[in-house]
Amino acid sequence: MDTLIGLLVAAPLLGAGILLTGGRRLDRAGHLLGTLLALTSFVLAAVLFADMLGKDTGRRTLTSHLFTWVPVDGFQAQVGFQLDQLSMTFVLLITGVGTLIHIYSIGYMEHDERRRRFFGYLNLFLAAMLLLVLADNYFLLYAGWEGVGLASYLLIGFWQHKPSAATAAKKAFLVNRVGDIGLSVAIMLLFTTFGSFAFSDVFPKVGQASATQHATVTGIGFMLLLAACGKSAQVPLQSWLGDAMEGPTPVSALIHAATMVTAGVYLITRSGAIFNAAPDAQTAVVTVGAVTLIFGAIVGCAKDDIKKALAGSTMSQIGYMIMAAGLGPIGYVFAIMHLVTHGFFKAGLFLGAGSVMHGMNDEVDMRKFGGLRKYMPITFVTFGLGYLAIIGFPGLSGFFSKDKIIEAAFAKGGTEGWILGTCALIGAAITAFYMTRVMLMTFFGEERWKDGRTATASPDEPSAEPAAAHSAHGAPHPHESPSSMTIPMIILAFGSVFAGGLFSINSAFVKWLEPVTGHSEGDSPVSTGTVTAGTMVVLVLGVLVAWLMYGRRPVPAVAPKGSLLTRAARRDLLQDDFNHVVLVRGGEHLTRSLVYLDHSLVDGVVNGTAASVGGLSGRLRRLQNGYVRSYAVSMLGGTAVVVAATLLMRAV
Amino acid sequence: MNPANYLYLAALLFTIGAAGVLIRRNAIVVFMCVELMLNACNLAFVTFSRLHGNLDGQVIAFFTMVVAAAEVVVGLAIIVSIYRSRHSASVDDANLMKL
Repeated sequence: MDTLIGLLVAAPLLGAGILLTGGRRLDRAGHLLGTLLALTSFVLAAVLFADMLGKDTGRRTLTSHLFTWVPVDGFQAQVGFQLDQLSMTFVLLITGVGTLIHIYSIGYMEHDERRRRFFGYLNLFLAAMLLLVLADNYFLLYAGWEGVGLASYLLIGFWQHKPSAATAAKKAFLVNRVGDIGLSVAIMLLFTTFGSFAFSDVFPKVGQASATQHATVTGIGFMLLLAACGKSAQVPLQSWLGDAMEGPTPVSALIHAATMVTAGVYLITRSGAIFNAAPDAQTAVVTVGAVTLIFGAIVGCAKDDIKKALAGSTMSQIGYMIMAAGLGPIGYVFAIMHLVTHGFFKAGLFLGAGSVMHGMNDEVDMRKFGGLRKYMPITFVTFGLGYLAIIGFPGLSGFFSKDKIIEAAFAKGGTEGWILGTCALIGAAITAFYMTRVMLMTFFGEERWKDGRTATASPDEPSAEPAAAHSAHGAPHPHESPSSMTIPMIILAFGSVFAGGLFSINSAFVKWLEPVTGHSEGDSPVSTGTVTAGTMVVLVLGVLVAWLMYGRRPVPAVAPKGSLLTRAARRDLLQDDFNHVVLVRGGEHLTRSLVYLDHSLVDGVVNGTAASVGGLSGRLRRLQNGYVRSYAVSMLGGTAVVVAATLLMRAV
Repeated sequence: MNPANYLYLAALLFTIGAAGVLIRRNAIVVFMCVELMLNACNLAFVTFSRLHGNLDGQVIAFFTMVVAAAEVVVGLAIIVSIYRSRHSASVDDANLMKL
């Protein structure tokens, strides 16, 4: 069984290798090969899962040591895998959703002549993500972490002929780099403090850290949080996720909604031992989570681009997960549970959005949709189920997982618990509002894409998906997508509906993860019933407000000017402006002052030395006047001085 | 006769020679002053030889004479060739050896 773990990673890696080096002769079968290898990985994962279920709770962890990567005295970087319940959950999510999205991409990318390359990148992503969650030490995890960053960069910029896509890819890469520095610093600190970076070595030592080591552990916690912020698009490193929607929609669904952006949650949960020992770092984690869940939700409310609205939502939902992970043992399990259910419904929503765009000539502006439920019934139903799941409609998966997080936030206790719980409730209300808005603007209301208004497809905002740009002229003819696209959507919709309920029967998910992450109930000041009731109230409130604004009266095809907050939210709450003013301009000022310093001080010293030596030698040159007699004088003078000195020394 | 008197004479001759080298411009005169200095040295050597009662000073005096003869040969040749090319025997006219 142990050897299967290696194969799990090897299958998609092999696919990436073949597809990216195979050349054009693989163009016709490349997508099938990529999908097949993703499916292989999923089957292996299912086999391992069945095997794991058959074992006792305490003996479920599988380890597999392949070889020593960097064997230096005292520094042993191993390539080893560790498959426990937490990794298993991720592996199933990654390979399962990954396979579905591979299938979806066969249809979605049909007209793209670089489809083979696309599947190569997708396989590369799967391999790197599996490496990330299967690694048994931080060093190997870092390799996977960078691998998914690379795959994300390549896929966001897949349509690199579009300047906006190329810029977005660069932006994602750069912002991620800031977070990655956090992770590398954390790993270095771990090594210098504990002499190892293997999970099994570090975590027991963290518990018995001395007082000085304690400060370092807090520092490590902060650095890990920075890493998580970068990868998971949390405030203050959130600005790349909205732009990342420039990539093809399957990429947005797989990488920027279901799997890669949740790597930060995995990192924090996996490093639970470190965060449990560093309460200050935990406070920072919950703060970041709470701020982001509100931030992302507000951004999601104002966007007219369907994918960017969903991106804001992703940010907000990951904010929930990060907050739950920051709550400690009360929240770890629910963070992961929400992660899995979110993986289902958000991937489903993105695939639905992709399907809508596919049928609407790659239009992304929701103000040019409307009334599409008649034309794409399957997309409507699957998107609708994903919508009900994300707003937490009773009985669907989002209801179970989000409700648990809100309960856990209250259970933190004290003022902190009240603040976090309130934030989570407000977030739930806004979630209900913006998702209802997306739903109403896309599938209900009047058909705003008729009467030729879309024919002049918004010159200021070019279509995001140029793959089918050849058909972008003339009024769209909305139609249902091919079955290769609808089947994954249907399967994900099933997941969105049933996953949460399935996990909650007998607290199955809690029992499943408890041996790895630990779990405690906490001490909630409000009862479970009250929280559920509160969630329902804010849910109804959010939906009602959205219906009043977008359902009851027609949606204008051109966005109204809106209030100050709306306009700020349309610009991603001024995050880019903030970065520009603080970082870009600040950096410019810094470099300018450094250049000035270089010119005046450093160059001044160098030039001054040169000038003084030059002046001195100019004066010395006068001595060489060519007159023999003056030389004779200096010789005589010199001799006289030497003789006088000699005599003087003798006298003394 | 007091041998120190020879030393005074040698010092006097050397001083006259050195002053001549520094003051006079004519290359021939400068040259003769150099000879004067060399011979002042010779006189001092011989005197010291007498004072110390060994022959070392006398031997050195012979060496000096050989060197002086060689110097005269080379020096006069240079002076003559300079005079031929520049029509002047002034040492201040030959000042090309400078930066």
